[in-house]
Amino acid sequence: MQDFGDAIGLALNLVLSGDADLFEIVLLSLRVSLTATAIACVLGLPLGAVLAVSRFRGRQAALVLVNALMGLPPVVVGLIVYLHLSRAGPLGFLGLLYTPTAMIIAQSILITPIVAALSRQVIEDLHGEYSEQFRSLALSRRQVVQALIWDARYSLVTVALAGFGRAVAEVGAVMIVGGNIDHLTRVMTTAIALETSKGDLPLALALGLVLMVLALGINAAAQSVRLTAARFAYA
Amino acid sequence: MKTGSFLAALAVAATLATDVPAQETTIIVQSTTSTANSGLYDHLLPIFERDSGITVNVVAVGTGQAIRNAANCDGDVLLVHAKPAEEEFVASGGGVSRTDLMYNDFVIVGPPSDPAGIGGLTDVHAALRGIAESEALFASRGDDSGTHKKEMSLWNAAGVDPAEASGAWYRETGSGMGATLNAGIGMGAYVMTDRATWISFGNKQDHVIQVQGDEQMFNQYGVIPVSPEACPQVEAEAGQRFVDWLVSEAGQAAIGAYRVGGQQLFFPNAPEPN
Amino acid sequence: MPDTLLPVMPPADPPAPARSALMPLRVRDLTLQMRGQPLLDIPALDLDCAGTTVIMGANGAGKSLLLRLLHGLIAPSSGTIAWGGAAMSPAIARRQALVFQKPVLLRRSVAANLDFVLRARRAGTAEARDALLARVGLTHKASQPARLLSGGEQQRLALARALATRPDILFLDEPTASLDPAAVQSFEGIVSDIADEGTSVIFVTHDVGQARRMAREVVFLHQGRITEHSAAPRFFAAPQSRAARAYLAGQLPL
Repeated sequence: MQDFGDAIGLALNLVLSGDADLFEIVLLSLRVSLTATAIACVLGLPLGAVLAVSRFRGRQAALVLVNALMGLPPVVVGLIVYLHLSRAGPLGFLGLLYTPTAMIIAQSILITPIVAALSRQVIEDLHGEYSEQFRSLALSRRQVVQALIWDARYSLVTVALAGFGRAVAEVGAVMIVGGNIDHLTRVMTTAIALETSKGDLPLALALGLVLMVLALGINAAAQSVRLTAARFAYA
Repeated sequence: MKTGSFLAALAVAATLATDVPAQETTIIVQSTTSTANSGLYDHLLPIFERDSGITVNVVAVGTGQAIRNAANCDGDVLLVHAKPAEEEFVASGGGVSRTDLMYNDFVIVGPPSDPAGIGGLTDVHAALRGIAESEALFASRGDDSGTHKKEMSLWNAAGVDPAEASGAWYRETGSGMGATLNAGIGMGAYVMTDRATWISFGNKQDHVIQVQGDEQMFNQYGVIPVSPEACPQVEAEAGQRFVDWLVSEAGQAAIGAYRVGGQQLFFPNAPEPN
Repeated sequence: MPDTLLPVMPPADPPAPARSALMPLRVRDLTLQMRGQPLLDIPALDLDCAGTTVIMGANGAGKSLLLRLLHGLIAPSSGTIAWGGAAMSPAIARRQALVFQKPVLLRRSVAANLDFVLRARRAGTAEARDALLARVGLTHKASQPARLLSGGEQQRLALARALATRPDILFLDEPTASLDPAAVQSFEGIVSDIADEGTSVIFVTHDVGQARRMAREVVFLHQGRITEHSAAPRFFAAPQSRAARAYLAGQLPL
């Protein structure tokens, strides 16, 4: 446990001394994973809502597929994106490999199924409460979906957080498509992997602690939003 | 292709969401991990970038993967240490030409108890046979990297086929040098590593160098600009400038000047420019 | 006017309010089964009534199911429903509104609950919303979270939301079942005004007192069948069916 004590001291030191490299890495982690979360929500929430309110042939199969995709290994996502974005690949002309954009793409693919599957559950529960009223009001499918997403907004914050948590913690995909390039594509998790491979375990742990504190802060903020919502009976 | 168009749409969205970097020449070096993990690039690149105005981004992976990435045109310069594979890459048209850059050497590290009794040997073949005969634990990269290729050629020359003992005393981690060292040290195994990685490695615990000094363990690094004929998008000019600088007097001096804990890690040996 | 199997007595007095455009309602050979259980069996029902028609009966008699059939929320197993001469359709359902026993309010403010429906029906002006709020006495609560209102206020908001669709027919499914007497009175007052203005109200209740106060006609349901359909004064003065008599006398109809 010697390393752990060292790690806490080192983590405090890094944060308190305002280590420029650390802040660059943290900011890139946040930028990549928050952008990926936003994209995943734009794609995944409507998809989840449509799956929640629609009844069509093959819906059960679609649900199984989306749920299964929640378990996509990040490395596999990384490889698929790499093969597309490689200069030898179909989208190589975009020149996106080894850029933060490539990392955002990979994480978006990784967490869109998570957002879709979890929001499907949340919205289906809410739809159970609203559906008869909505049918009485003769709303269009589009109006129903919009209303459900808006009314489930505080529960969907949790869904988005689940996606963000997965994105910010994964290393396999961003390592492959980002390349862990110093000052360009190095994020918290790839930096941790790098320090581990250098055998600098206290620094790796310290970075891990910073990542955890970051996750704690974001979750605490979301929790306070939810509590406010609950006070207004909006959740 | 469906995933292709989906990815393209995502790419557009993600590009819009990120700020576009200013136009400047940037090259990507597909590199072996030992040069990156030992901190060599942190020492070299600021000098080159200041003099040339070219930004160098390093992707550090195993030699095998670095060559494959370069073959996919995902790099402008290749810097690895597996001469036969490098020459094959050039012969296949992927690289312009290969130049010796620098060397260091491999060492075998092991637990201080030295269960195979090989400490102090300078004959690596004898040392490997000693490990095999005593069935002492040996952790191998097993990842088609330059170090792994070198290790396999040494076993072969020693007349031992460790694959037969795979999973028994011969443990293939299938991962990078650092991860393999962490695992090997954790299980009290011998590990073959390049000296640069070992010197700068932070988690040695009580492992020490047991075998070193055999000419067979010489570790030559080479540098190759990726061919613009094979890869039209390559930054050929900037890549060539980086290679030219590395083998120039200034670059070679910078390599030789890099020290960790007072020890020189890499020894420049590029041929004199004619 | 074809004969029906059950006696229909048009109300003689007081003067009838204007008749809704969707009237008359004509139901023929209507049955509803679920999982093999017969739940409703209505050979014929004709309504051509302005004002409030009360559907009354004991728990489980099929009142709410009949309401949902008339509103098109569920489809009958067999039979036909026609409003104003046209078969039941989504277009007709759009001209009807239903207030449920338990109000389902959106997780938004009081005003936003009304805005949502006004926008959905492209009838959305702030004036329309404010008028509705004033009508149900919730102007001062406009910006409050809807789901924090009292039970009576929530049900008045649900009523305002139903009115936002400008319905020709207003269905009420035991809307006051869990309200206190003051809240019931206030709710009933608003409904009476609506009926007087020409919206046909079809009001399901098992509260005899409420039925007496509201009804111009009464349809009495017993075990999925209509046992009586008559003008309210006549129904309450001299119920014809044994089940209705027992119900009005406070006994469990068997």
